[in-house]
Amino acid sequence: MNMTVARLTVRGLLGRRRGLLLLAVPALLLVLSVVIRAAVGQDESTTVNILGTLALGTLVPLLGLIAGTGAIGPEIDDGSIIYLLAKPLPRWKIIITKLVVAIGCTVVFAAVPTYLAGVILFGNFENLALAYGIGALIAGVAYSSIFLLFGVITRHAVVVGLMYSLLWESIVGNFVSGAKTLSVQQWALSVARKIADPGVVSSSVHLPTAVPLLIVVTLGATAFAAVRLSRLTLASEE
Amino acid sequence: MSDTAQQPPTAPRADVIHDIGYRHYEGPRLGRSYATRSLYTLSLRGSFGLGRSVKSKILPMALLAVICLPALIIVAVTVYTKLSKYPDTASYPNYLSIMQFVIAVFVAAQAPVALSRDLRFMTLPLYFSRPLTSRDYVQAKFGAMASAVFVLTGLPMLIMWIGSMLASMDFGYNLEHFGYGLVAAAFYSLLYAGIGLVISSVTPRRGFGVAAIIAVLLISEAVAGIIYAVLDVHGHSSGAGWALVISPSSLVATTVDWLFGLSGRGNIHVPSDLGGFVFLAEILLVAAASYGLLVRRYRKI
Repeated sequence: MNMTVARLTVRGLLGRRRGLLLLAVPALLLVLSVVIRAAVGQDESTTVNILGTLALGTLVPLLGLIAGTGAIGPEIDDGSIIYLLAKPLPRWKIIITKLVVAIGCTVVFAAVPTYLAGVILFGNFENLALAYGIGALIAGVAYSSIFLLFGVITRHAVVVGLMYSLLWESIVGNFVSGAKTLSVQQWALSVARKIADPGVVSSSVHLPTAVPLLIVVTLGATAFAAVRLSRLTLASEE
Repeated sequence: MSDTAQQPPTAPRADVIHDIGYRHYEGPRLGRSYATRSLYTLSLRGSFGLGRSVKSKILPMALLAVICLPALIIVAVTVYTKLSKYPDTASYPNYLSIMQFVIAVFVAAQAPVALSRDLRFMTLPLYFSRPLTSRDYVQAKFGAMASAVFVLTGLPMLIMWIGSMLASMDFGYNLEHFGYGLVAAAFYSLLYAGIGLVISSVTPRRGFGVAAIIAVLLISEAVAGIIYAVLDVHGHSSGAGWALVISPSSLVATTVDWLFGLSGRGNIHVPSDLGGFVFLAEILLVAAASYGLLVRRYRKI
């Protein structure tokens, strides 16, 4: 952790109204939850639908994508990363710092709002809100590290990350159930299933598979990002 | 500088461009429309990475392949199993509504390429020092982006139509539905290009543009889906269709189904005939409004 790098990263991510724009995303989730709670009352299937598809299925990957790639992508894109790399600071420390900032962003903008939306929609029954909140937290950590890696290795990090979360997790996962074994979303859901009361949350991956995969992917992506950053070549604008 | 400004207006002007003897250009001056056309061609080619480095071809070409391959597979399977027509769920306009995420990703990836770099590298003043006006610039860029999306969406339609002729399926039926597919493709291109360009005209940084466009498209989609499901489950199935006004892809899909009386996919359809008119008007209005916003955005550069 390096506080200066962290401060610069936070400013890059959230400075100049970008933070407010990013805040619109969880605000939308909360407003929608309030409206739906007022309209249809406390309803388990609606809550699972909203938290599952909107929060964990869309907002968390999206925030992970924006925070993970946004923490390092624009700097590599405009070349200003060399000022950071020229400092006597180990590259892995830069990666760890940026990862911590990205994770912090997903916690503030995705995991906490998911929990709050769950509480608004369904109260604290069946541990549903907590389960999805923890699930969003875990998914946020994994997404942040994967998308940070994408941000280091490719200039089209957002699109590549999007193809993973849209094409692989949603479309391919719907047709080929085996693809779901390698889906961050399903891993997070399997953790959520463990926390919530039995039979409320469903996931297609078992917990003993999900947890090691989560740890390996998160640590592996971070380590690989550090290795790639230590031999980064700056490309010019295409 | 200040004392020249205080000179009385009757004094001879001091600011003269001297002819220092360079050879003059005496060829034809091709004018505004030629410049607009050139910019259009350049942007259209650029959005598929043509005339650019290999690296910038990868992504648009990969997306083009992703949207065309399933169409080829459908054609192949239909020919092989000797069906008399394509399966309804994946025939012309429905195919596009299944593949709409490719359109969204393409727009998110390529709309900032069209606009953001001109802002960031300050190339706009160079454009506007030519006969090109800001309105021409917007016209060329909007036209190029919409055409690029139309190529992306029209190509699988063309593949399916040619496939249908090769398999000697019913010509009239396929021609009719090919037409419906092209109308859907036109709607997609106007709507998505408009949304994408407006967002990317705001930011000079490509990365933020990509993220913002995809966020808007995905979140509106997901929110519409949630509201639709909630209304549908709780017995307001007639009102549920109105939730689709915020989802660009369902907007196009349901409007095309309504216009041509198609069965569509599943039970998602326009709320009523009035809804159909509203949806159609909304597509055209959003496209027109985004064009207007772009013109306004570039007026003061």
